Amino acid sequence: MSLELSSLTVITGQNIPLFKPVNLVVSKGEVACVMGPSGVGKSTLLNAIGGHLSPHFNVTGDIVLNGQPLACLPAAERQIGVLFQDPLLFPHLSVGDNLAFGLSPKVGDLKQRRLLIEQALEQAQLCGFYHRNPATLSGGQQSRAALMRALLAEPKALLLDEPFAKLDLELRHTMREFLFTQARQQLIPIVLVTHEPADLAAAKGPLVVLQPT
Amino acid sequence: MRFSKSWPKWVMLAILLIGILLPVLAGLGETTWAAFGILPALGKYSFSLTAWQHLFQLPGLTTSLRLTLVSGFLSTAVALILALFGCAWLHGRSTKHSVLSKLKPFTAPFLVPILAAPHAAVAIGLAFLLAPSGWLARLFSPWLTAWQLPPDWATVQDLWGLSLALGLIIKELPFLWLISLVALKQINVSRQLSLSQSMGYSYASSWYKIIFPQLYPLIRLPVLVVLVYSLSTVDMAQILGPNNPPTLALATMRWFNDANVAMLLPASAAALSLGMLMVVSVFLWEMSIKLIMVITKALTRSGSRGRPWKLATKVLSTALSACLILGLLSLAVLAIWSLTWRWSFPDALPASWSYAYWQNLVTNWPLALLHSITLALGSSALAVVLSIAWLEVQDRYGGHLYRLTFWFIYLPLLVPQIAFLYGLKIGFLRIGLNGGMGAVMWAHLLFVLPYVMLSLVDSWRALDKRYVQVAESLGTSSWGCFWRIKLSLLLQPLLLAWAIGMAVSISQYLPTLMIGAGKIESLTTEAISLASGADRRLVGVYGLLQALVPMLAYGLALLLPRLITLKMRDNHMRELS
Repeated sequence: MSLELSSLTVITGQNIPLFKPVNLVVSKGEVACVMGPSGVGKSTLLNAIGGHLSPHFNVTGDIVLNGQPLACLPAAERQIGVLFQDPLLFPHLSVGDNLAFGLSPKVGDLKQRRLLIEQALEQAQLCGFYHRNPATLSGGQQSRAALMRALLAEPKALLLDEPFAKLDLELRHTMREFLFTQARQQLIPIVLVTHEPADLAAAKGPLVVLQPT
Repeated sequence: MRFSKSWPKWVMLAILLIGILLPVLAGLGETTWAAFGILPALGKYSFSLTAWQHLFQLPGLTTSLRLTLVSGFLSTAVALILALFGCAWLHGRSTKHSVLSKLKPFTAPFLVPILAAPHAAVAIGLAFLLAPSGWLARLFSPWLTAWQLPPDWATVQDLWGLSLALGLIIKELPFLWLISLVALKQINVSRQLSLSQSMGYSYASSWYKIIFPQLYPLIRLPVLVVLVYSLSTVDMAQILGPNNPPTLALATMRWFNDANVAMLLPASAAALSLGMLMVVSVFLWEMSIKLIMVITKALTRSGSRGRPWKLATKVLSTALSACLILGLLSLAVLAIWSLTWRWSFPDALPASWSYAYWQNLVTNWPLALLHSITLALGSSALAVVLSIAWLEVQDRYGGHLYRLTFWFIYLPLLVPQIAFLYGLKIGFLRIGLNGGMGAVMWAHLLFVLPYVMLSLVDSWRALDKRYVQVAESLGTSSWGCFWRIKLSLLLQPLLLAWAIGMAVSISQYLPTLMIGAGKIESLTTEAISLASGADRRLVGVYGLLQALVPMLAYGLALLLPRLITLKMRDNHMRELS
């Protein structure tokens, strides 16, 4: 159970590699950090892993998740969750329906689904928020709901693109604790893009520093 | 005290009330009176229901109703689905480098000609294309079909109104597509799609479950405008719809124009019924959308991920390309016919060419062209000035009246033209406006203003107000800001709004015909009245001219700002050297 990147880089339309090839092994429950100067392509690396690259880019090297190569799979079949800086709760759905959108269809019974969602809301300290409009939630509440949505989809790996960048300092600390505890319980590999040395210290996992070519 | 300070707001409101709302309401009022037997011009002063009895006895009424509903709902639904598919296709990340995906950057140039061309021009071109003796039959004969003579098929003006629906789809698709693309800029499409796909949803179901429910509320008004137009079009129905019985709107117009003036009463009743039909149709449409949204939400709750819609994607992309190609070919065939001298069936192209008709046109400018250009320049200029004035007044004196005016500015597009134009004609006659250019221009303005406003309002709102604040802090007066900041920065959208206004005015058929009492001919009225005749070359000239004038306006609107920027760069280079 691990995510392995070997000599991975992203090539632009002009045939220029964005960063020096990356080698990384993240085992289950481990949080790897990706750091590097602004504009070097940290988000692009995550997009390459998740399958969200725009067609102007090409990927070279291998991405292997639990022994399965991913390069040819579309994003929808990779089972890799993402969290962006913005929580991006879908504005036309209530908080609970946002979680329902994430919850795996393997749970077919509607009552059972509702129960699981309420449990997830409880874990995120969002009891009684099922019918709330996401826009009425605070930033921290939105981030926790977005994380629960991602986890309910039962991803086999999780990519975090500076998920704390827009939170204030105190909130950042509690959110980090919450996120790492929740994510580690899932026993999946996690890749975190960050600028914060504090994140690196808390992650206690491998570090990749992207270097421009 | 408060009044004197914000007097421009009240003046603008009065202008819009008298100029836009009053004519529509007065027209509807006169039509209603006539429908209930009160028509002083015929010496009828007492309330009666005979008009309605007469209407329900007229032959073919139920068929007309069926034709109207089938062509109207079918075309709106298909055009909307194709437009949404088009948006999804443009946003998509296709892994294969197919020919189609290489065409993506050229989508807008493909759409603009069809968008600019009036409905009648597209309809005439499509008829020239699909008719048994049309270009398509000629292209495939006799080598494939073995036809030496046109087949005896009803490929246009078919009994179910399907060719009419096709014409409407081809014409409305680019409008809905571009409107949706603009609206999508307000939604974070690519991130939301990434998220949804990361949770295992296919691209197609991500669009259906995430983007569509957010997009529809933003394009509701334009979609309803298309629905109302499709249900009440007269010009397209005249060319592509069945003749006997025709759609309800066309039947109504024929009854209005009947030699027997007593038909005015049942015609008014029919016009009023068409108005009520719109209310019911809009209600039904919105209910159906609501139902779809409820089903979508239930599906969302179930968490089902959906499959890649491979078959649907194939069907939709074929339909979309077919509609665009048919639209462009329709305009091309107009051009070919306008340059034809001899072209007998089944030759693929004319045997001999000639520009005699164009030469004739240039040597004696026909009145129709002069009228069309005058009406278009006048009404579009008025509409642009009114829109700017209204938006600027909102900026300066607060905007709480906007929502109110919003609805009545768009009212002329949400009521069938025929339901109030006849009444408006009577109203104009009462105040002494006797079907001259002024009255026709006023009628055009009713339809030009909402489109101009629709295209301008978003860019006006999106203008970064800090530019104005910076200018004000540098001591510029509010008039200075208006001219030198707002209008200068908004040059491109203003010109585009003007071009859209030109296109809308050129395409007006009923307002020119009814308010002008048939005495003011325009390119559109000429093209439509010639369309039933035998000389396809002349129709080709008028049809193409109808499309060329708006295209010229669009070209100017897109080129002028670029020339100005280039000139600025030139000056800069000169200063540097």
